[in-house]
Amino acid sequence: MSAQIFSRNANAILLVSIAAIVLLIVGIISALIGLYLSPWYTGVGDAIEQPVPFSHKHHVDQLMIDCRYCHSTVERVAHAGIPSTDTCMSCHSQIWTNSPLLQPVRDSYQTGEPVLWNRVYDLPDFVYFNHSVHVAKGIGCASCHGRIDQQHLTAKAQPLYMGWCLGCHRAPEEHIRPRDEVFNMAYEPQMMPIADRLALVQEYQIPVDGRLTHCYTCHR
Amino acid sequence: MQPVAPSLRRKPTVMSLLARFAWLPLCFVLVGCHIDMYDQPKYRPNRPSDFFEDGRSMRPPVENTVAMGSFEADSALFTGRLNGELAVDLPMELTADLLERGQTRYEAFCAPCHGLAGDGNGVIAYRGPLQVPTLHNDRLRTVAIGYYFDVITNGINRMYSYAHRIPPEDRWAVAAYVRALQLSQNVDADTLTAEERALLGGP
Repeated sequence: MSAQIFSRNANAILLVSIAAIVLLIVGIISALIGLYLSPWYTGVGDAIEQPVPFSHKHHVDQLMIDCRYCHSTVERVAHAGIPSTDTCMSCHSQIWTNSPLLQPVRDSYQTGEPVLWNRVYDLPDFVYFNHSVHVAKGIGCASCHGRIDQQHLTAKAQPLYMGWCLGCHRAPEEHIRPRDEVFNMAYEPQMMPIADRLALVQEYQIPVDGRLTHCYTCHR
Repeated sequence: MQPVAPSLRRKPTVMSLLARFAWLPLCFVLVGCHIDMYDQPKYRPNRPSDFFEDGRSMRPPVENTVAMGSFEADSALFTGRLNGELAVDLPMELTADLLERGQTRYEAFCAPCHGLAGDGNGVIAYRGPLQVPTLHNDRLRTVAIGYYFDVITNGINRMYSYAHRIPPEDRWAVAAYVRALQLSQNVDADTLTAEERALLGGP
C-alpha cells in the first residue's frame, strides 16, 4: 500500500481555504466599493478653500436672498453662473465695506481681475449637465446641492456618480416638486403624495418612455 | 512525496506558454487608464485659460458690442424710452402671468433692499447703514413706468445696474409688479368689496 499523498486533515484545510478565499474576494470588493462611496474618496462634505470664505448659510438662510440673485442664469442656460464681482459689490459697496475678508472682491472690482474661486462640483467633461432644464422641470436646487443654505463653507453634497443621476432619470417622480418650490431649500419632494408627483411628471412633460436614460441624454 | 517520473511531466506547449503570460497584455490595458476624457482640452464656463493674458476663457465682449436681437435703439422694450421720453405704457400685454413673473423677479432681485412690500426695509437695508427710499410716494406712483425699467437697466444713486442679471422682458415684468405693489399700499378701503376688506383683518 502506497503512502497517502494528502494527510487526513487535508479535506478540512481545503474547505477552510476555499471559504477564506471567497471571503477575501468578497471582502476586497466590498472594501473597494465602500472606499469608492466614502467621503474620503468623493470629497462629499469637505469644504473647499476659497479666496473669500463665502457663507451660503449667512446669505441664503439668514438674509433670505434668493439663489437667483447671484446665480442669475440658472433658469436660462446650462450653467447656473458664478456671480461676477459686480454682483457681490451691488450689496458690498454698501455693507461690510471695510471687511478685510472682502478685500479680494474689492481688489477685483477695482482692477477688473476676476476673483479665482475654486470649483466644488467638477463633472467630467463628457457630461453635459444643464441647470435650466432641471429647474424648469421641477427639480429643486436641494436635490443635488443638498441643504446648501445650512453650509457655512461650500462643500459637495453628492459625489455625482452616474448611477445617482440615473436614479432620478429612471424615476423622476421620486424627486419632482412643483416649480414654485424649486428654490425652496426646506421643501422635500416626499411632502407631496406620489399620485400628485406622477401628475406633475405628466404636466411638466417629462419623458417616461426611457429617453431620459439614453446615453445621449447626458453624453455627446 | 514521491518524485514524479520525468516521463509523466508534460512538456510545455506553445499554447500553455501563451496562457501563462496572458496577463501581460492586461498591463497594457491598465496603462491606458488616464483622465484625458475627464479633463478635455476645451473651455467650459468659468474655466481658467493659460492662453489669454488675463487668464479667463470667458472673453469679455469688445466694448460697445451688442448681441444680435438683444437691443434696438428705438424700441421701448429695450430702452424704456419712446422718442427720447420715458415710456408711459408697457411694451407688452399686461397679464396675470406677467405680474407673477414680476413678483418672483422682484422678490429675488429687489426685495433684499426694497423689502417685500416696497417700503425700503429689506434685509440688506436693515443690516447696513443704508437708507432705501420707499416706492410708495406720490412722485414714484405717478412717474412713467419706463422710469423703473430705466433704473433697473442703468442703476441710480447707490443702486447698481441689474441689466446683466435681469433680461429686458423681466425688467418690464418687475416694473409692472412695482405698480401692483404701489396699488396694494395705496388703495381707498371703501373701493374694496366686503370680502377683500375681511382679508385685511381690520374693522
